Amino acid sequence: MEREPLIEFRDVVKRFGERTILDGVSFRIYEGEVTTIIGLSGTGKSVTLKHIIGLLRPDGGEIHYRGTPLGRMNRAQWDAYIGRVSYMFQNNALFDAMTVFENVALPLRRTTRLSRREIESRVMSRIEQTELTEVAHKYPSEISGGMQKRTALARALVTDPQIVLFDEPTTGQDPIRKNAILQMIAEYKQKVGFTAVLISHEIPDVFFISNRVLVLWDKRIVFEGTPEEMASFDHPFREEILRSLESLQEGITGVYSARHFKMRYQTEFGRHGSEETYALLVFSFDNFDEIDRDVGPRAAQETLRALGTYIGKHFGAVGGFTTRQTIREFVTLLPFSDLEEARRILERFAADFQGEGLPQLIAEFRREVPPERCFDFAISVGMAQGKPLIELESVIEFARFDKKPIAAFSCDLRR
Amino acid sequence: MEPRPDADERADPPSAGPRRRELPGVCALGRFGLRLNASLGALALFFLQALWRMFHWRQLPEILQQIYFIGAKSASIVALVGFFTGMVLGLQLVYVMNKFGAVGFLGTAVALALIRELGPVLTAIMITARAGSAMAAEIGIQRISEQIDALQTMRIDPLGFLVSPRLAAGLVSFPILTAIFDLIGILGGYVSGVILLGANAGSYLYRIDASVDWADVRGGFLKALVFAAIVITISCFQGFFTHRRTDSHGSKSVSLSTTSAVVLSCVWILIADYVVTSFLL
Repeated sequence: MEREPLIEFRDVVKRFGERTILDGVSFRIYEGEVTTIIGLSGTGKSVTLKHIIGLLRPDGGEIHYRGTPLGRMNRAQWDAYIGRVSYMFQNNALFDAMTVFENVALPLRRTTRLSRREIESRVMSRIEQTELTEVAHKYPSEISGGMQKRTALARALVTDPQIVLFDEPTTGQDPIRKNAILQMIAEYKQKVGFTAVLISHEIPDVFFISNRVLVLWDKRIVFEGTPEEMASFDHPFREEILRSLESLQEGITGVYSARHFKMRYQTEFGRHGSEETYALLVFSFDNFDEIDRDVGPRAAQETLRALGTYIGKHFGAVGGFTTRQTIREFVTLLPFSDLEEARRILERFAADFQGEGLPQLIAEFRREVPPERCFDFAISVGMAQGKPLIELESVIEFARFDKKPIAAFSCDLRR
Repeated sequence: MEPRPDADERADPPSAGPRRRELPGVCALGRFGLRLNASLGALALFFLQALWRMFHWRQLPEILQQIYFIGAKSASIVALVGFFTGMVLGLQLVYVMNKFGAVGFLGTAVALALIRELGPVLTAIMITARAGSAMAAEIGIQRISEQIDALQTMRIDPLGFLVSPRLAAGLVSFPILTAIFDLIGILGGYVSGVILLGANAGSYLYRIDASVDWADVRGGFLKALVFAAIVITISCFQGFFTHRRTDSHGSKSVSLSTTSAVVLSCVWILIADYVVTSFLL
């Protein structure tokens, strides 16, 4: 049986003067899900969101809430509907003459009959969650852009809404806070079970909290489905996603997070036929445990980080992408390569690594370890060929069986 | 040589109905009339909606804050202008009345001029300059930075939150400030006419007492209330609909809205003054 949508757009058209922004936009938002709208800048994502909260009215088509058109609701129905929805503005829309606390408290003060103490308790709870306690008494102009964003987030959530519309909630945040905000949305959704509609450019981070993704392209919704289904989405916008994924590769280490690696893998192989092959390399830092135990975790981590940086940059230059698979392993994937090609690339890598990579690694190691202490270590590589049809984990496991040392460092050599 | 079209070809194609002859002046006047009608209608509705939302206990703290801003903070400038207006009146009237031997009526002339006309009008113009412009700019900025949209999304009525407290504060403050203007103005007339130019002090005060009726005071207060409604409504309206200006956008539109608020308020104060006076007399 088909689920009943909570909100449904049916052929919505919106024009500003001569300019058509939305031209027959249709999609569904289901209860209890996080739906993310993505698209290039200026394609009407915010305009779409503003229709849901009633800030804009469509020039054509209808928007339904639980089957009732918004345009035909009476006053009581509309008040009941709008009371369940909260909106976080792209530019925050904070009241500049009010402090952070007053901004967050405003909807409770003006629309509820809660006692002063209750309001204060709720507001402070949200302020603490968004790490704004220190600046609660400050005005928006006195705090950073990221803090302003979090104030807007706290204000949007303070009334415990059932539907929350987030217009780029993580823009302008540092990576740690960006993740914290997304996690907060995910946790809040789990706890309260609200429905969220997000606009975000943080691809693919936002996919990990999204149940469904909508792609707005050329005034219409061109994709509606799960983030996994996006892998088989054949459209010019996909190239944009790919580019954004590439930009996620950390500039310093050249290594993807496990999540980004998987998303890149899905994006690379989603639209291509199952016959495409790739080569996969598993790099292992063999004496990691000894160094970790005897010298300390810092030395082990720093050495490993230097190794990851070298691998990531080297293989990134030839189209590969790398992630840290386990505590002592890195996995590099070379798309559309066979074993022969991968072997040639690896040989070049081994030569370069012996020449400049290993000295860098040793320098990193010696920075953390006193000169009188001495440890040997070795780097091994296993290689396997995979296809999109085969589980990635199986290919990694297969590569582990074929490990051979490519570089080693011993104390004798150092002395 | 190009063939010349014959007469039939040169004629305009036949129209479906009788041809209308357009008179540019009449059309422009008609368009202006329609625009004026629409603007006045929108202003009237804006005022009535704000007036209706004024009567709510939640508004009290905001109303008190606005009374402080519009009323208390304008008192000193109103008193200063009132004092010098009274002094100028005293000065001019002493010279004019001396010619007719009517200096004894100085108090009457100063008091009636201030209470009936100058007090309400100049007070309203001073508040327009000080508070009306600030209101238009503040609300305009709130509009372009989506703060007003944010209110709507929080189920807070923007008109009730932003305009009604200002309207209530204006309706309270304008008559009080007008009374201050009148009193200080009469004092200014006393200083220039009696103390500096030697008119009789007892005659000045007696004539005020004898000639000023409650009707004069009531009329002055009525004008103050009408001007309050005009100034607050126009100033808030200009700010509230800043985003609908077609001649500019962003901060420029706020600047133009502020200018329009001051100019339109002053013009409508003078027009309303004439209309109200003609009913009172």
